Amino acid sequence: MTLPTPDQIVEDISFFDDWEERYKYIIDLGRDLPPMDESLHTPERLVKGCQSNVWIDVSEAGGKLHFQVDSDAHIVRGLLAVVMAAYQDRRPEEILDFDMETYFQQLDLERHLSPTRGNGLRAMVARVQAIASAVNS
Amino acid sequence: MGAVINKQAFDVQAIRRQFPILSREIDGKPLVYLDNAATTQKPQCVIDALVDYYTTCNANVHRGAHRLADEATQRYEQARDTIATFVNAASRREVIWTSGTTESINIVAIGAAQLLREGDEVLVTQMEHHANLVTWQQACKRSGAKLVVCPIDENGELNLTAFGQLLNERTRLVAFPHVSNALGTVNPVKDLCQQAKAVNAWVLVDGAQGIAHEPVDVQDLGCDFYAFSGHKLFGPTGIGVLWGRESVLAEWPVWQTGGEMIATVTYERAIWGELPGRFEAGTPNIADAIGMGKAVEWFSALDMPAVMAHERALIESATEQAEAFEGLRIVGTARNKVGVLSFVLDEGHPADVGFLLDRQGIAIRTGHHCAEPLMGRLGVPGTARASFALYNTLEEVGALFTALQKVRNLLG
Repeated sequence: MTLPTPDQIVEDISFFDDWEERYKYIIDLGRDLPPMDESLHTPERLVKGCQSNVWIDVSEAGGKLHFQVDSDAHIVRGLLAVVMAAYQDRRPEEILDFDMETYFQQLDLERHLSPTRGNGLRAMVARVQAIASAVNS
Repeated sequence: MGAVINKQAFDVQAIRRQFPILSREIDGKPLVYLDNAATTQKPQCVIDALVDYYTTCNANVHRGAHRLADEATQRYEQARDTIATFVNAASRREVIWTSGTTESINIVAIGAAQLLREGDEVLVTQMEHHANLVTWQQACKRSGAKLVVCPIDENGELNLTAFGQLLNERTRLVAFPHVSNALGTVNPVKDLCQQAKAVNAWVLVDGAQGIAHEPVDVQDLGCDFYAFSGHKLFGPTGIGVLWGRESVLAEWPVWQTGGEMIATVTYERAIWGELPGRFEAGTPNIADAIGMGKAVEWFSALDMPAVMAHERALIESATEQAEAFEGLRIVGTARNKVGVLSFVLDEGHPADVGFLLDRQGIAIRTGHHCAEPLMGRLGVPGTARASFALYNTLEEVGALFTALQKVRNLLG
């Protein structure tokens, strides 16, 4: 299945009145993410959080970056889908231009990007940006 | 457990009113604070003691030739006396102020690294918090001693047969927790101390989780060191205690050097001071020591049998509801448990559980609880841990399980 666009996600989420509906939606986004092959769960691909782990694999084709991502936690997997909506199959410069903080604020999810959250999401975004930056230079 | 009897003996609502933070709300819902194994909340009298110290008599202790210094020193040393009485130390010289349990254990481990030799053994358990594991692992690395780890059983109890077998004439030091922070298992401390003493080993008890739940009489327990923190005992963070048997402590290598810990100093050498000062280099954490003294005073004034009965009712109720909860597995089912319900849900990672409970105003901890090897031993990446203190109520235990139903619905 194809990911919705960031704008679609922002619009979808604005329809929900309560937090339960919002998180149900995010968890479902995570369920729709293509599964990552277990064999890719290697230490090099691991972004370790103190509470949950994130794995990220990246490849380049035609100047665009393609990601496979996974997490052992449902909500983090959903948040990865939210991030991937913005990053998947984009050019490095598009990735670097994208304002993740504002996007997460629009979704009222900014607390998940806060440095106090040990969920690996912030570190994962930083890693994607570093990769994009390296490819771009 | 008769709720009526508890109410007569122990008024939990009256206790709660002394903790201002407990009336807080999280996203419009009443805070249900079940992360007491991480840190406990503070009663108003402890908060007042801190404010009062800085408001009326802040000064450096043991030094100044003025009134404030006298008053500060008196309060600070009175707090030490309070601790000494509380754990039934033979003398106030046995009570060393530290920054917390971790520093207390480090003081002993750093000294041990100088005393241990190749061929010596240090015995710890599979249920250690990292503070009582990495410290000994490193002391062994530095000294050439061997770290031996006593196994636990599936239910999270120490394997006592193995413990007895692993003790031998090479065992120089034995370290174990009074209560496991991740599982709540209460260890038979007195029995373990006796066995360790029979082979002439030093014994350190990590009391971080024991001190707020179990009566502690260090002379009766028979250990050489007992380490604990103020903040898990309704006191401030950044302060803790190392209790050490005077005959052992007096011979133990000093760790930090500097002011306050010396008797005389020349440019060439220094003579260490007497206990307890020789382990307290530099200006101490005066305010928090006084705050911890106040916390212990407050705690000691409670009806302890009633407190323990109340806490037993909490853990029993939590365990009953957990056992009846479909798709939940309790991690750590020791017969003697206190304060902690660790669990995993079939649906959902502990991080999901913690987050979705937080959205409902319920504070728990998730993860490996600074006990990574223990989680590995139990075959889980981590757990969700609800931990109770004397101010928690049976209604709050009920609220946890109501909220968990919602978590399961969201994740299922």
